[in-house]
Amino acid sequence: MIPEIGQLALILALLLAIVQGTLPLLGAQRGIRAWMALSRPLAAGQFLFVAIAFLCLAWSFLTSDFSVLNVVNNSNSRLPAHYRIAASWGSHEGSILLWVLMLSLWMQAVSVFSRSLPREVLARVLSVMGLVSVGFLLFLLLTSNPFERLSPPAAEGNDLNPLLQDPGMVAHPPMLYMGYVGFSVAFAFAIAALLGGRLDATWARWSRPWTTAAWCFLTLGILIGSWWAYNELGWGGWWFWDPVENASFMPWLVGTALVHSLAVTEKRGAFRRWTVLLAICAFSLSLLGTFLVRSGVLTSVHAFATDPERGLFILVFLAIVIGGALLLFALRAPQVSGGGRFESISRESFLLANNVLLIVAAGSVLLGTLYPLVLDALSGGQTKISVGPPYFEAVFVPLMSPMVFLMGIGPVARWKQATLPELWTLLRWAFATSLVAAVLVPLVTGGGSWGLRLGLFLAFWILAATVVNIRERIRNFRGAVHERLAMQPRAWWGMILAHLGVAVFIAGVTVVGTYETERDVRMAVGDTVEMGGHVFRFDGTTEATGPNYRAARGTVTVLRDGREVLTLHPEKRTYNASGMAMTEAAISTGVLGDLYVSLGEPIDAQSWSVRVYHKPLVTWIWSGCVLMALGGLLALTDRRYRLRSTRQQRAAAVISPA
Amino acid sequence: MSRFLLPFGVFLVLLGFLFVGLKLNPREVPSPLIGKPVPEFTLPQLHEPAKAFSPQSMRGRVWLLNVWASWCVSCRDEHPLLVDFAKNHQVAIVGLNYKDKPDDAQAWLAQLGDPYTLSVSDLEGRVGIDFGVYGVPETFVIDKQGVIRYKQIGAVTVDALQGKILPLIRELDQG
Amino acid sequence: MKARHKRGLLIASGVLVLAVAAGLVLSAFQKNLVFFFTPSQVVAREVPVGKPFRIGGMVAERSLQRERDGLTVRFVVTDTVKSVPVQYTGILPDLFKEGQGVVAQGKVGDDGVFVATEVLAKHDENYMPPEAAHAVEQAQNAQKTLIGN
Repeated sequence: MIPEIGQLALILALLLAIVQGTLPLLGAQRGIRAWMALSRPLAAGQFLFVAIAFLCLAWSFLTSDFSVLNVVNNSNSRLPAHYRIAASWGSHEGSILLWVLMLSLWMQAVSVFSRSLPREVLARVLSVMGLVSVGFLLFLLLTSNPFERLSPPAAEGNDLNPLLQDPGMVAHPPMLYMGYVGFSVAFAFAIAALLGGRLDATWARWSRPWTTAAWCFLTLGILIGSWWAYNELGWGGWWFWDPVENASFMPWLVGTALVHSLAVTEKRGAFRRWTVLLAICAFSLSLLGTFLVRSGVLTSVHAFATDPERGLFILVFLAIVIGGALLLFALRAPQVSGGGRFESISRESFLLANNVLLIVAAGSVLLGTLYPLVLDALSGGQTKISVGPPYFEAVFVPLMSPMVFLMGIGPVARWKQATLPELWTLLRWAFATSLVAAVLVPLVTGGGSWGLRLGLFLAFWILAATVVNIRERIRNFRGAVHERLAMQPRAWWGMILAHLGVAVFIAGVTVVGTYETERDVRMAVGDTVEMGGHVFRFDGTTEATGPNYRAARGTVTVLRDGREVLTLHPEKRTYNASGMAMTEAAISTGVLGDLYVSLGEPIDAQSWSVRVYHKPLVTWIWSGCVLMALGGLLALTDRRYRLRSTRQQRAAAVISPA
Repeated sequence: MSRFLLPFGVFLVLLGFLFVGLKLNPREVPSPLIGKPVPEFTLPQLHEPAKAFSPQSMRGRVWLLNVWASWCVSCRDEHPLLVDFAKNHQVAIVGLNYKDKPDDAQAWLAQLGDPYTLSVSDLEGRVGIDFGVYGVPETFVIDKQGVIRYKQIGAVTVDALQGKILPLIRELDQG
Repeated sequence: MKARHKRGLLIASGVLVLAVAAGLVLSAFQKNLVFFFTPSQVVAREVPVGKPFRIGGMVAERSLQRERDGLTVRFVVTDTVKSVPVQYTGILPDLFKEGQGVVAQGKVGDDGVFVATEVLAKHDENYMPPEAAHAVEQAQNAQKTLIGN
């Protein structure tokens, strides 16, 4: 009964979405107010029904209803409860339902927080989002019904893929999808602006907080995914340039460009067409990412149940949504005026350069991701290649290094017109300090390549330039330093925090890349191996049982200066239902570095092959991402957005007295 | 106007490649076995290991060979369809039990129903290799002359059954 | 006049960035593309010398041997027609099994042994890696043609 309610709720949501995607839009074009007014209640209704559907699915998983095919394939009665709930988005069908849930959540948020928008704008925005929702609800109902029944019911489920049985996997998809789908708001605002012919600073101000919010979620989502891969794949890596990872990284790069270009459009009125195009591209890449993951056209370590028929559906959907948006852009963009002027040395020009570099970087990632597919297509399926991390590193580092360098200059440069001598006077000490630090640090820590020096230089450079920025910023204010600091708007602090996050991230990536050590060793009970100033002693394995697996549980004692400091328990699990083997690494996390031990395979009765890593500063990678996301959140809480919205309410009241 | 069409143009090219890419799906490779005689083998039957089975004995009949295993997730998806098919049609289905433990396999059939005329045990997967099996389940349609006419990679779906397999069987039966 | 100059400068720098990026992409592709070959192609020596490439196929049954050090393994990758011996030092992935699909990256030595630097098995219990499937299909195709003649 519950699954049927879920199915019915989805059908009702689809009907509401169809009305929402058409009537308010037509109403806005023709000035029919009653039709426009429909958009908000329709969005609320849609959210309600999609939420009901999702709860029904979660309920089926929680109660292990093995008459539902999806539950049989992805759950098991012995699976712990929190993983049973997470399993409801572990499958293809469930994850698309989660996508739709997130979309209706964003729609509801727009409808609640943007009440003060002009009637036409709100109607158009919600309508465009409604159309996207129609596509995905149809996709769910026609090709990937999460509530499909199995008759007769199975006695037991096949269990959730053991790789997904990790806290990271519980949080990763919802966060990532919040980010992906969040860009649909920026997209809807862009389309609404193109339709209404009103593309100005006000438009940028409206869509800015939404874009920042989506960007924060995407940042967190990618971060959790990377952390999951580090913990769960047992290879000690944090980023593999896997097609599925790239699929989430491309919208992030374009989204980052969009966040910055929106700032310019809001403050200076410049880059209007460019910003609109970026908003379209960010969401298009989110959709493309969904397509790449769900259609199976690319091979990846993430093996989802893939299906060419579903792929074709998403492809047609992509063609309509992205193709339509880009055509609309081609039709309307010539009528948009360029906006504020600026000199070739100015904050605008630095931000433009940052945008170009980010987009080119995203383009090179896209090229590397799709090249195997292109070559396969051109050769008629005869040439198979793979593009690995070396390609991405060789292209990405040279493109991002100047971008990061400009990140130090842009925030201190003046709008409209700046001069190089002035910038040099401001930043020369920051430049010299970071250069000296980049040379000195490797002398102390030993060894070091040019890559290490470059990475350290960039990290120190952002740090030093940020200090200069803060000093310059508060110079013209009065009072004690802390008062002057407290006077600065949160949006500005958000920017500072996010930029510092980039510095922390770069430091982490550089130091891990240079100083990490890895060894695969054969260890009998009592054997030791030394690494990073620590001695690892293998104390054998014992049998252990979990709720749905059996495991060989190793004990590795870590000694420092002859004293026992830590005991690690890596496991080799075998999951009962699927018979799959899984390596569960044991990791000791520290600010200065991680110790990482995983079990390979038993060699004989006494010994195992064991993999030991020392990863200095690896947590800095994720801490940097957290800082970036926190920066975004801080910017969101800026008073400006709240003040503006009340001011808009008044303005709206003046415009429409009737 | 024309320069604003550039993003649209780039997108069209991308779309073209994605479309071709869909058709190139690595799991949709046409089997080199289609139109070729079914590989010869002799394997013990699952329920009566003393008895052997060889495709030779199926000459003159249209039959299905379904590769399955009790450890295989997708087999569970297609199984109800096969059981249903066996009930309503007079076509023989031979199960090639691929790299399975005979005890597990028998328990699985006892629980979910046995659509097979008979099953044979390919304990080490040797015969599977001859059939170019690269994933379980797979299903072959074999004609009266012992020639493979169709191969379904992955689970049999209602669409594949109604749209391809059944019409083909009807056609072959008449021929 | 000035505005036009500025516009020209902007376009020029944009083109410059694109050109540099294109150069980077091309050189990175040239150096880092890893081609995929089947065991039949390896045996027929149709593979690059001294350059890493990938092979795929099935791990032949009962071919896995462990050296004394416990970490170096030898196994045979086959496309069911031709086979290539592979040597690898390190820990094999969880899903590596005899009789299952595998993809390995490395170089072929003079003795015909493929020395792998990386061994991949897919995280999926039902299917072998598509490249491995491709190798098996190709080999069978070739064999069928030979028999047909």
